[in-house]
Amino acid sequence: MLNFTIRRLMFAIPTLLVISFIIFAILDLAPGDPTASLPMTVPPEVRAQIRSTLGLDEPFIIRYFLWLKQFMITEPLNLIESSFGITIGEGDRLRLTSWATRSPVVDLIAERMPQTLWVVGMSQIIAVLIAVPIGVISAYKQYSWIDQLGTLFSMIGFSVPTFFTGLLFIVIFSVNLGWFPSIYDTNHVVEDWDSFVFQIKQMIMPTMVLALFTAAQISRYMRASMLDNLNQDYVRTARAKGLKEQTVLLVHVLRNSMIPVVTVIALNIPTIFGGAIITEQIFRVNGIGQLLITGIVGADIPLVQTLTFIFAALIVLFNLIADILYGMLDPRIRYE
Amino acid sequence: MRDEIAPLLDVVDLHTVFQTRGGDVHAVNSVSFSVAPGELLGVVGESGSGKSVTMMSLMGLLPSSARVEAQAVNFEGRNIRDMSDDALRVLRGRDVGFVFQDPMTSLNPVFTVGYQLTEALRTHLGKSKKEARARAAEMLSLVGIPDAKARLNDYPHQFSGGMRQRVMIAMALACDPKLLIADEPTTALDVTIQAQILELVKGLRQKMGMGIVWITHDLGVVAGIADRVMVMYGGQIVEQAPVKELFANPQHPYTIALLETLPSLTGERPERLRSIDGQPPILGAKLTSCPFAARCRQVMDRCHRENPTRREVKAGHDVACWWDATQGGAA
Ligand SMILES: Nc1ncnc2c1ncn2[C@@H]1O[C@H](COP(=O)(O)OP(=O)(O)OP(=O)(O)O)[C@@H](O)[C@H]1O
Ligand SMILES: [Mg+2]
Repeated sequence: MLNFTIRRLMFAIPTLLVISFIIFAILDLAPGDPTASLPMTVPPEVRAQIRSTLGLDEPFIIRYFLWLKQFMITEPLNLIESSFGITIGEGDRLRLTSWATRSPVVDLIAERMPQTLWVVGMSQIIAVLIAVPIGVISAYKQYSWIDQLGTLFSMIGFSVPTFFTGLLFIVIFSVNLGWFPSIYDTNHVVEDWDSFVFQIKQMIMPTMVLALFTAAQISRYMRASMLDNLNQDYVRTARAKGLKEQTVLLVHVLRNSMIPVVTVIALNIPTIFGGAIITEQIFRVNGIGQLLITGIVGADIPLVQTLTFIFAALIVLFNLIADILYGMLDPRIRYE
Repeated sequence: MRDEIAPLLDVVDLHTVFQTRGGDVHAVNSVSFSVAPGELLGVVGESGSGKSVTMMSLMGLLPSSARVEAQAVNFEGRNIRDMSDDALRVLRGRDVGFVFQDPMTSLNPVFTVGYQLTEALRTHLGKSKKEARARAAEMLSLVGIPDAKARLNDYPHQFSGGMRQRVMIAMALACDPKLLIADEPTTALDVTIQAQILELVKGLRQKMGMGIVWITHDLGVVAGIADRVMVMYGGQIVEQAPVKELFANPQHPYTIALLETLPSLTGERPERLRSIDGQPPILGAKLTSCPFAARCRQVMDRCHRENPTRREVKAGHDVACWWDATQGGAA
């Protein structure tokens, strides 16, 4: 298993390199000028100088490798330095900077990441907690009213886009009922019980919007997988042993049914980051989704390149995680 | 008279109907039989004759599309039909052991064989994990799996088909059941392993004194181990007799045809049952004629009008047929 993981990680490197090249190349073609946002009064010579300090005079391929070096070597080194308080080498490296804000791209992302991770992470956990029971019960009581209800839930959950559920939530829970704030207060700090409750309250809506959307899909997979397994011979064997129905269902059938579902969940997580882009806009959460939109609108090419690459890396990573989980859950799979 | 000893299992008028999209399937029609303690009842009949469904109906192991009705299913004098789900569950795991037809799919692929073997022991006999594992290892070596203790940690896919069937048998026998229902336990196996398992079961039966219902296609197997034989066709029992009597004095034209497909009654192990001309009946409606009529050599007018009821030929031997084999005419 360890061997397999290491080998898969090695394979991921060329994949990521190719992806990074494509992303860099495509975005490099986009019209964008780091000096475009400067006041008109800035003379052309100054603009030219700015461009050259950013390395924009270099040929395309040099700029690609520079970006790669900054992203893959400089920034990790900075991270190590700042977290251990040591200095490696000369310590002062040219960092990848945003054209719009002039601050290092990685710092911007690091600042925005926690909000997104919280919302996405919580939404995934809640989605699984909602979807698994729905799937299990729907399959066990196939065609019952509870199954029909589950089908309705997943149909609505999946077909209604998140921006619509988001707005609907705001109208119902913020405007009409006044339960939750409609705008996420990003400066809020949790320091006591009350502020913690407020934090939960402001997270509920963005989290639930994503959770419901994901739960709708997962519950379908769960139901299908359970149905598949309920008809298997081993279920009859388990019943013939005189096990409690609950044990048969929640130990024998569920364990087998989770194998494909866990894979789907893992593969789905990067997509949720995509979904977060929209929800973050609606609820004004200053996560990386919002950062990406700002970057695109402001033609902040380094920022967009880096974020896009991070999304791509997430997809590769979760593919790997899905494979590893599959091997862990199914003893018939052995990676040698 | 076999009625003298109280039967271990006594089934009276069992009916099983599947409700499917294509309409009802009357898989079991008015089946009555019994098994005495320590007796080995062989059940033969071609594919689709309702052997498996009959046995699974008894213990409530059919999918929910099945409707099971019976006047009585008595196990040691207690009617299973009146039992609560919990009582039936205990009966299933502890007093009745099941070996299913397909060893490749009947074990759960994600749990170790040890886990699956100890489950029933822990549920029904309240054994600790350690005791249960010791017992499981003992059962595995009993069914002839070498290095049993180490193999408890293996998963089903690490066993061959024959080994898995042995694991199934070990599992069924783990709680010392009073009745073992073995559904074609050897059909999926090659001949040498078949013979080994037959010997094994014969031995175990003597050691443990349990009643056995042995379902098979293979009349040769039946001849070798059964005390009594029950022949099924179209979801009903067409003939039932002690094994010697059945081979010496078959009454039903179907039984006779079956026996003719054997190379020799006393000879070597026969081939798997060869087919008899014609198709098995479609069980779409309640039977109003003899299900075998279309393929029967002795068919009479009455066979198309009425489904024959069972009549006694001798004590312990009965047949459901309008034709009388002894006289060679209508009964
Ligand atoms: N789940 C089900 N739904 C509908 N019909 C079924 C179902 N299970 C079995 N049957 C039908 O019941 C009849 C009897 O099947 P059964 O499995 O008992 O045959 P069998 O005698 O055990 O055959 P084999 O020797 O092939 O195992 C068949 O006609 C079969 O099609
Ligand atoms: Mg069968």
